[in-house]
Amino acid sequence: MKAFGSVCSVALPLLEDRIDTDILYPARFLLLMDRDGLGTYFCHDRRIDADGHPISGNLVDDPRFAGAQVVLAGDDFGCGSSREQAVWALAGYGIRCVIAPSFGEIFAANCLRNGVLTIVLPRHTIDRIAKVSGSIVVDLRHQTITAGIDEVEFSVPSANRMRLLNGWDDIDLILEEEGAHVAAFEQRQQSEQPWLYEDAR
Amino acid sequence: MRGRTLYEKLWDSHVVRDYGDGSALLYVDRHLLHEVSTPQSFVTLRSKQAAVRRPSSHIAVPDHAVPTTDRTRPIGDPMAAAQVAALETNAKDFGIPFIALTDQRQGIVHVVGPELGFTLPGITLGCGDSHTSTHGAFGALAFGIGASDCATILATQCIVQQKARSLEVRLEGTAGLWIGAKDYALAMIGRYGVGFGTGHAIEYRGPVVEAMSMAARMTLCNMSIEAGARIGMVAPDATTYAYLEGRPYAPLSTQWDRALAYWKSLVTDADAKFDKSIVLDVSDLAPQVTWGTSPHDALGIDARVPDPRDAADDGERQRIASCLDYMGLRAGTALQDVRIDKVFIGSCTNGRIEDLREAARVVAGRKVASGVDAIVVPGSTAVRRQAEEEGLDRVFTDAGLAWREAGCSMCVAMNADRLAPRERCASTSNRNFEGRQGREGRTHLMSPASAAASAIVGYLADVREIAT
Ligand code: SF4
Repeated sequence: MKAFGSVCSVALPLLEDRIDTDILYPARFLLLMDRDGLGTYFCHDRRIDADGHPISGNLVDDPRFAGAQVVLAGDDFGCGSSREQAVWALAGYGIRCVIAPSFGEIFAANCLRNGVLTIVLPRHTIDRIAKVSGSIVVDLRHQTITAGIDEVEFSVPSANRMRLLNGWDDIDLILEEEGAHVAAFEQRQQSEQPWLYEDAR
Repeated sequence: MRGRTLYEKLWDSHVVRDYGDGSALLYVDRHLLHEVSTPQSFVTLRSKQAAVRRPSSHIAVPDHAVPTTDRTRPIGDPMAAAQVAALETNAKDFGIPFIALTDQRQGIVHVVGPELGFTLPGITLGCGDSHTSTHGAFGALAFGIGASDCATILATQCIVQQKARSLEVRLEGTAGLWIGAKDYALAMIGRYGVGFGTGHAIEYRGPVVEAMSMAARMTLCNMSIEAGARIGMVAPDATTYAYLEGRPYAPLSTQWDRALAYWKSLVTDADAKFDKSIVLDVSDLAPQVTWGTSPHDALGIDARVPDPRDAADDGERQRIASCLDYMGLRAGTALQDVRIDKVFIGSCTNGRIEDLREAARVVAGRKVASGVDAIVVPGSTAVRRQAEEEGLDRVFTDAGLAWREAGCSMCVAMNADRLAPRERCASTSNRNFEGRQGREGRTHLMSPASAAASAIVGYLADVREIAT
C-alpha cells in the first residue's frame, strides 16, 4: 500500500450531500475485474452522457480543479454499496484525501486499505476551505490542513494514522505479527463452540 | 460490572487483539463470497502467495450479475460469464465450497446464508456487500466489507475493525393490515434521516420485533445500512432457534443444547446502556413509499410529492428540486397519481417466501395494468421451489407477472434486468439512488404488498384499497 505523508494540491469541491458509491462508480462497470485503470470511470455518469459525450459544467472535469488530489465533500460521502471500486476509481483518478463532515463507514474503511486519507471536519470548516483558491496542504504527520492563511487541525485514530504513514498492509501485518494470537483464539473458540468447526451435513 | 449489550457481547467474544484506540483485530467466523466483489481479492492472495486459512468457513455463490432467465443456457454477457467463471476457479483453487448457478442451493448471498444455517447466532460474518447487515437478524455480528478486507479474511480469518457505538431502536404499537417490516424500516429512515445510524450498531427491540418472523427481521436488519449503520441486529430467541434447527450448517443435535445455552446468554443485559435510543410507534403508519433518490425520502402512500419551497433551508430546497427533476415529478402531485412502467419484486430485502406470499395474495385473481412490465425474482432457488410448490408462480403468471430464476436482478441492474432511461419502477429493493436500477432509471421503494398493488393499478398504489 502507498504510504501517505502529505499532499499539496487544489481541492475538488463535491459538496453535495450523500454522494453514494453508485454515483462514484456506477454498478454496470462492476463487471470489470480490474483494480487499476478505473480512474476513467470516477463519477462516470455525472461526466459522460448516455451518448458518450462529455457533460458540460461537471465539476470533476472543470479545468480549475485539474490535478486535484483532495476532494471536499458533503455529508455521508461514499454511503451505500460496499464496492471498493469506488475507492479504486477515486484513487485511480488521482485523489489521495477526502474531507467530509461524515462518511459511509465501509467506504472510509476501504479508503484506509488503499492509502486514501479520510478526514472528518464540520461542514462550515469545509465550506471555508472551499473558498480558498489555489492549492491546500494536507499533512498527516502534523494532522493539519493549510488553506491560504487558515490552518485547520484534524485527528485520525492512531492505529489508522500509523498504517497510512507507513503504507502498512493488513495481511502482511497480521500474518507477521498476530499469528500466535489468532491460533490461540481458534483453540479456545473450538473448545467452547465446537459446532463452528464442523463441516456441513 | 455494568451489563453489556448484544453488540458488546459479540464484539468482546471476537477480539483477537485490542489496539486500545477503539479499534481491534476481530476474528471472523464466516465469510460469504459473490462474483462481483472478490476477483481482486484473489489477485491479492495470489500475489502474496497466501493460502486461505480456513476454507470451510467460506461459501462462494454467484448472484449479482447472473441472468434470471433460462439457467440451462450459458450466460450471454461475456463479462458476467467471465466473472462467474472466475469465482468458480478461485473457489476451486483455494478449496472454498462453491454453489453453482444450477445448484438447488443457489441464490442471493444474504438469502442463502440463513437458509443453509451458515448464519448463526453469536458469530461474526463478513461479506463484500453492504447488505450483510441482514444476517444480524440471527443475533450475529455481520457487516459489509470491501474487496481488500475479503482478501484479509481469506488469508487471516481476521479483520481490523473500529468499534461502533450502540443504538437501540424500539418498535412499539400495533400495525395496521398490510403494514410490515419494510414499512417500518422506510418510516424509521424517513423520520430520522440516512445518517442517524452512522457509526452505530443498531439493535432492534421491543414487542413488535419479538413477534416478527425471521424473514421480517431480516428485512429490517437489511435496511440498517440505508440508515447509515453497518450493523443491524435482533437478539436470538425461540423464533430464531426454530428457524435454524436441522439446517445443514446448524449445530448437530448432539451439540444443539450446548449451542442453545450459549446463544441464550447473548441477549442484552437488563442493566446495559445504549449510546442512543429511539422509539418508533408503528400503530398509525401508512404503507411507505419513496419519492426521491435517497431512502429517507419516504412518505405514507396517502401523501403528496414535497415542494422545494417548503424546505427548511437552501441546501434542502436545492436537493428536493434536483431530486424532482431526476425523478420526473412535480411538487404537490399525489403519490397515487404517479404512473409506473415497471415493477420489481425481489432482492435480499424482500425476496423471501413470506414476501412472495404477501405479493401473491394481492395479485391473486387480478391482472397487471396494461403497459406495466412486472417481474418476480425469488431471492433463492429454494424460495423459487417453495413458491412453485405452493402454486404462487401460477398466481403471478396468471396475473401477468413474469416468474424468474433467483438472483439480485433489477436491484443492482448488472444483468439484463434494468430500467431504460426515465422509466419508473415500483421496487421492493433497498436503494433508490440515481442510476441504481439502470442509468436515469427512477425507483420508488416499497413493500412487496405495495409493489404488487401498484402493478395492478399501474400507479403507485395504496394496497389497503386494493386488497382486503
Ligand atoms: S439483492 Fe441488491 S442489495 Fe441485495 S445483495 Fe443483491 S445487489 Fe446487493
